[in-house]
Amino acid sequence: MNGIDIRRRGFLKTSLGAAAVAIAPGVLLFDLAHGKPEGASGKVRWGMLIDTAQCKTGCNDCVAACHKENGVSGGTGPTDSQWIRKVELKDNGSGRELSLPMMCQHCEHPPCVDVCPTTASFRRADGIVLVDKHRCIGCRYCMMACPYKARSFVHEALQGQNPDAPRGKGTVEACNLCVHRVDQGMQPACAEACPNQAILFGNLNDPESEIAKKVRSVASVQVRADLGLNTGIRYQGL
Amino acid sequence: MKLWFAFLLLSFGIPAVWAAGAGAPKPDIGKGGQCVEAPQWMRKNHMHLLKHQRDEVVRKGVRDEKHSLKNCIECHASTKDDSVNARADSFCVACHSYVAMKTDCFECHSGTRKSAWLPRNAK
Repeated sequence: MNGIDIRRRGFLKTSLGAAAVAIAPGVLLFDLAHGKPEGASGKVRWGMLIDTAQCKTGCNDCVAACHKENGVSGGTGPTDSQWIRKVELKDNGSGRELSLPMMCQHCEHPPCVDVCPTTASFRRADGIVLVDKHRCIGCRYCMMACPYKARSFVHEALQGQNPDAPRGKGTVEACNLCVHRVDQGMQPACAEACPNQAILFGNLNDPESEIAKKVRSVASVQVRADLGLNTGIRYQGL
Repeated sequence: MKLWFAFLLLSFGIPAVWAAGAGAPKPDIGKGGQCVEAPQWMRKNHMHLLKHQRDEVVRKGVRDEKHSLKNCIECHASTKDDSVNARADSFCVACHSYVAMKTDCFECHSGTRKSAWLPRNAK
């Protein structure tokens, strides 16, 4: 190895060291300025598995819990918001009756996001479909696009909102999978309130999670799977 | 020369009297105490923090408690009615009405301190 090569190597070493010293404080400051740097992770896919066999006809606990958590009135009039509703089904042939909760299905390819003219409707990295009410202009295209009729429009001025769940007149809203609770490591209010544990909440992408194991082992369906939206909410025994 | 000097004195003096504040807002700062940033800096830049913060939280899920609107309200809601927007001299209202600026924040967001809101709505 000749002299030039050795000098070159030395030069590269020192310049690398100098670069590290110059960059390190910047990286530190960046972290400090952003507080907790970890946001919603794309490795996570939040979802629910709803066991219709455990869901009791007439029980409304999940709906009540959701409405209390998010400050929704609970009315069912044409201008009342409904984030989640109980659906009663009956097969006229066999007489089999079913009851299940229906809400935003948190699609992987959400039609509401496709049609939003202001990108207020969006899908967070961890699969939760949300309305950014700072951008929502209340055009309600998303309500028309949603095949599940999951979204509502706030018609009246509101007061006394939950500090964790801002809602207001002139914007569209829907089930947000209790995003403020999920970010704190809690379950959505409906899953926690169900007396029969019919709603299993978890990370569909983690092969070790309870929900992923159950989705692997039992038959579950997506509502309107023919639309190819790949919903995050799955139903068992439908 | 004397007249010129008096004029000079007046022209500096009058704005100083104005600045000292007849009618300047006196917001109810609530619990107050040590702010998350220097108060003078906050007077000038709080809106940038709030706007930056809201996009980070809503769209990316990066919840920085320190600079959150909830954290502002926790310290600055009035000790009398637990609110930053209930009265004319409430923390947010006092200055914003003085500069004739309408804040839409509280049409959706709660202006009430969470630690006071929770027990009221615990049923």
